[in-house]
Amino acid sequence: MRLKFTVNGRQAEADDVWEGESLLYVLRERLGLPGSKNACEQGECGSCTVRLDGVAACACLVAAGQVQDREVDTVEGLAGEDELDAVQRAFVDAGAVQCGFCTPGLLVAADDLLERCPSPSDSEIRESLAGNLCRCTGYEKIMDAVRLAADRRAEEARS
Amino acid sequence: MDFLRPTHWRDALDAKAHHPDATPIAGGTDVMVEINFGRRRPSTLLDLTGVPELTDWSLDDGRLRIGAGVPYARLIDELGDRLPGLAIASRTVGSPQIRNRGTLGGNLASASPAGDGHPPLLASDAEVEVQSLRGTRTVPVGEFFTGVKRHVLADDELIAAVHVAPATGAQQFSKIGTRNAMVIAVCTFAVALHPEQQRVGTGLGSAAPTPRPATEAAEFLAAELTDTDQWNRPRPLPESVVRRFGELVAATTAPIDDVRGTANYRTHAMAVMARRTLGWVWNEHRTGRQQCA
Repeated sequence: MRLKFTVNGRQAEADDVWEGESLLYVLRERLGLPGSKNACEQGECGSCTVRLDGVAACACLVAAGQVQDREVDTVEGLAGEDELDAVQRAFVDAGAVQCGFCTPGLLVAADDLLERCPSPSDSEIRESLAGNLCRCTGYEKIMDAVRLAADRRAEEARS
Repeated sequence: MDFLRPTHWRDALDAKAHHPDATPIAGGTDVMVEINFGRRRPSTLLDLTGVPELTDWSLDDGRLRIGAGVPYARLIDELGDRLPGLAIASRTVGSPQIRNRGTLGGNLASASPAGDGHPPLLASDAEVEVQSLRGTRTVPVGEFFTGVKRHVLADDELIAAVHVAPATGAQQFSKIGTRNAMVIAVCTFAVALHPEQQRVGTGLGSAAPTPRPATEAAEFLAAELTDTDQWNRPRPLPESVVRRFGELVAATTAPIDDVRGTANYRTHAMAVMARRTLGWVWNEHRTGRQQCA
């Protein structure tokens, strides 16, 4: 089937899409957007987290046909032309990236959290990131990064 | 594979009637896993996420009608005050990403013995509204499941909604798993007090081939509370009553050994969860304050 939807604000099209394939496969293999990572394919690890019509979801669990005429935002859409988004910058500065495989999903999940809840408590951060597995960091640096991003965004909003 | 994408409920029913072998898909949290792993190759996928009628809920004649496509995240945010037991259970489902997508209708249609939404629906005597081009019928949730991953739906039927009364008393839910997020339940238990009817509702999950109520336990407790005039003048429950309730709940189980736990563990844990959740709802009944683990 032919698929048309919006990715990161731009119209995207894919042809000969198999009806049973996932949004994750469409993004990575058909649209050249490999930021969303393919790991568990069962919604367990969160490394393929994207936003579908503004709502965080695992791209591996969305059937391709379900995004027809919808809006998808991936990790590729976070950064501006020349500079990283505040959440990305905070992950770098806090040392929250080790092997990096979980990072794209965590960035999208963290960005989604801060949009809904600009100054989250630690328990809110933990709860919001509970669906994103990281096997390197032990999560503490990721917690630091989210707190840092929240502080910086608050500062930006004030200035 | 065909992909059908109706945008009206009537068209969805029409599609199911003409493609009785079509697999309905909503949040995809069960169906896509099976497709991704090659465990299932449906001839047709019937996408229900484009049907706006399924994502509404309303209060009619004192009963909530919750569209089958309402996801867990909205059950928590929008109905948490009216259906606290279902909201607590919904909070234990997967992760934020899963709760954003997974739906109550999908939970019922998957009919897993471990479905987190089932025990609170049982405890609140919910009914499943089922429709086809032939008409509408309403099935008590206790009669909806017929076996492991099996239910009463005919090939041309779809789940339209769930009907359930808003809570009139305390409700609780308990789930055992290896961590707080992303786990299939080892076992679950839900309890609801219905003071205006002087009745108790219960639901067991992952402890038998289908979710089931602990009827004898519920009737024992309700009779005990009525006989001792505790509905209106609640006092601390005697330890013997709490223990007996747990024993009767455990006696309702018919569990198996599997990768998540043994049958013996499940039966034991069910008695513990029954006693604990009874303690929580009873404290709330006495004090008006919700308790949690």
